[in-house]
Amino acid sequence: MHILICGGTGCRASKSELIQTNLEDALKAKGLEDEVQVVTTGCFGFCEKGPIVKILPDNTFYIEVKPEDATEIVEEHIVKGRQVMRLLYTDPDKKETVSDAKNMGFYKKQIRIALRNCGFINPENIEEYISRDGYGALGKCFEMTPQDVIDIIKKSGLRGRGGGGFPTGLKWEFASKNEADQKYVVCNADEGDPGAFMDRSILEGDPHSVLEAMAICGYTMGADKGVIYIRAEYPLAIERLKVAIGQAREYGLLGKDILGSGFNFDVEMRYGAGAFVCGEETALIHSMEGLRGEPTVKPPFPAESGYNGKPTNVNNVETFANVPVIINKGADWFSAIGTDKSKGTKVFALAGKINNVGLIEVPMGTTLREVIYEIGGGIKDGKKFKAVQTGGPSGGCLTERHLDTPIDFDNLLAVGSMMGSGGMIVMDEDDCMVSMAKFYLDFTVEESCGKCTPCRVGNKRLYELLDKITEGKGTREDIDLLRNLSAVIKDTSLCGLGQTSPNPVLSTIENFYDEYMAHVDDHKCVAGQCKALMQYVVDPELCVGCTLCARNCPVDCITGERKEAHVIDVEKCIKCGACMDKCKFNAISIQ
Amino acid sequence: MAKIKLAKDKVEKLIEICKSFNNEGSELINVLHKAQGTFGYLPAEVQEVIARELGVSVAHVYGVVTFYSFFTMVPKGEFPISICMGTACYVRGAEKVLEEFKKQLKVPIGETTEDGKFSISCLRCVGACGLAPVVTIGERTYGRVSAGDVADILKEYRN
Repeated sequence: MHILICGGTGCRASKSELIQTNLEDALKAKGLEDEVQVVTTGCFGFCEKGPIVKILPDNTFYIEVKPEDATEIVEEHIVKGRQVMRLLYTDPDKKETVSDAKNMGFYKKQIRIALRNCGFINPENIEEYISRDGYGALGKCFEMTPQDVIDIIKKSGLRGRGGGGFPTGLKWEFASKNEADQKYVVCNADEGDPGAFMDRSILEGDPHSVLEAMAICGYTMGADKGVIYIRAEYPLAIERLKVAIGQAREYGLLGKDILGSGFNFDVEMRYGAGAFVCGEETALIHSMEGLRGEPTVKPPFPAESGYNGKPTNVNNVETFANVPVIINKGADWFSAIGTDKSKGTKVFALAGKINNVGLIEVPMGTTLREVIYEIGGGIKDGKKFKAVQTGGPSGGCLTERHLDTPIDFDNLLAVGSMMGSGGMIVMDEDDCMVSMAKFYLDFTVEESCGKCTPCRVGNKRLYELLDKITEGKGTREDIDLLRNLSAVIKDTSLCGLGQTSPNPVLSTIENFYDEYMAHVDDHKCVAGQCKALMQYVVDPELCVGCTLCARNCPVDCITGERKEAHVIDVEKCIKCGACMDKCKFNAISIQ
Repeated sequence: MAKIKLAKDKVEKLIEICKSFNNEGSELINVLHKAQGTFGYLPAEVQEVIARELGVSVAHVYGVVTFYSFFTMVPKGEFPISICMGTACYVRGAEKVLEEFKKQLKVPIGETTEDGKFSISCLRCVGACGLAPVVTIGERTYGRVSAGDVADILKEYRN
């Protein structure tokens, strides 16, 4: 028997390490420590219900486990063979408990390729990776010519999962054609999109899949050095990678003459230091060289002149994680999944106002509606769906009428958003779309490297215009100005950051024009989020005169006699919301 | 910024760090990571020593330090508080939590309280979006934090 415990960052924050210790102690107390193995795995994906504990072989999936539940799990489930019912997931529609993850709405529509091992293996044990076909793909490649391998990747239709969606096989081919005494394979693990954490989960849960793919890439292009550029903010992923690299070297799967093939390949790590623009490959390469992470004009492409001026191939973590499976199962198997031009699956970090926050992997072509309602379990607290944001700061806000769009690279672009690295944030009726655009612009302004004027200055002006509108001082001309300026920034910026940064603005104007107009013409924020446009008022019908609001008001702007309706002085009110939070009779509302 | 003369042992420690990376200019970011890990922050004096040892200009070092958000020239508090302002946390109310921390500690973002105990900063996504909004203090992560929880959280560290 095995007990698997999620060791991802989210579950760890909810004390999953202590759960493991307690389980081990409880097993020891029953003398079962040799029969039952307790294993820390990578992320299961269902972060909303974490910490997750799974029992094999019967596949029981326990949710929201607390350290003090360990004894009961051991005594009931392990010893007596009875499931601990209160820790099982309850299907919100049928109100029945579900013990096998396969039957949960959250997992039913998922196909796990990049995440295949996350939540199944101990990431710190190479043997477990090997037992699930690990490093078999690398061995298989050595029996083929590098060009054969490239052809398989080309034929599979795999496209870059970091955002751009460039065909991976083609990229490898370019790098393989350029002759040089030294070449590099780089893994971009500088996940910068706020709200996306798939790369981190892969590295934490299945680091060897990335190492194996990098070696395969190195073999195709004739590179013997791999570099992983990883965020310093991901200490757990760094630790697991270090362990994985050490074990792979020990097993002769990295280093000299791998598997007797005569091929040499080794991997080292470089640390990012917090710069979103470093997701752009030329900027990333400069950062690896110890410089400011500023992008440069392409061409020359990294495939010609990249790290240290040598041919370099840069791929994202998720892209790499797909490679070994494609080699093992074949290009046709992979290309049968997905849509016409986007093959395979995509991992999304589903977050925001949704019931099932977590990491999901679905076939390309799955609709937004399926993701939000079937996998995500709908909107939190029974509120009304308003928008879904894909592609992070480079993407756009989509609305109700886009929900049946099948998700793939081209469809998302066509509706004014983009795939990006896979962040998917769901918003409800309480989210103001102008504020949302402002939030993203605030991010872009901070992250713009400052090298080219349209991005450095233009985004700042966009932010100021949005700020003006949320303050209730905007005009209709400002909306036109936002549109024109956005077009200029998109057309004239040097790199992907500036070329896409106006997307949140343009997509919200396009899809939520009425909301912009309400801010500008009526000085109203329908979502009630823009402080300057809000007024707290007491409904005299509902107010019982309990005086609780008046006693809690920090600026004493609420007056009224006991047992009589109170009144808020809007001139003095600082709109802190304390009165509304305290009122027990829902008598205070925002207008 | 007040001029602090760097103690001799600290200079030696820095020289040692630079040497461990073969005094190569291209290792600057790794050196800075190591130096910040050792000293907690990167004041001008530390940057001067690093520039000299790696054979690059101080302006270059300063340019890199100020470019990346991970590096700081101000010492952090004994308990550095980071509020996640990633999108997932933002839509679940991280801004209110941040305002509450600012109000209670009476310091703006990026600064440290007078007693050196707390500092406030924002970070972009720790990847625990299931627990949004998230706050980290030192190594500890707090999930599903509301403005009302702030006082209790601070109390844990005040005594």
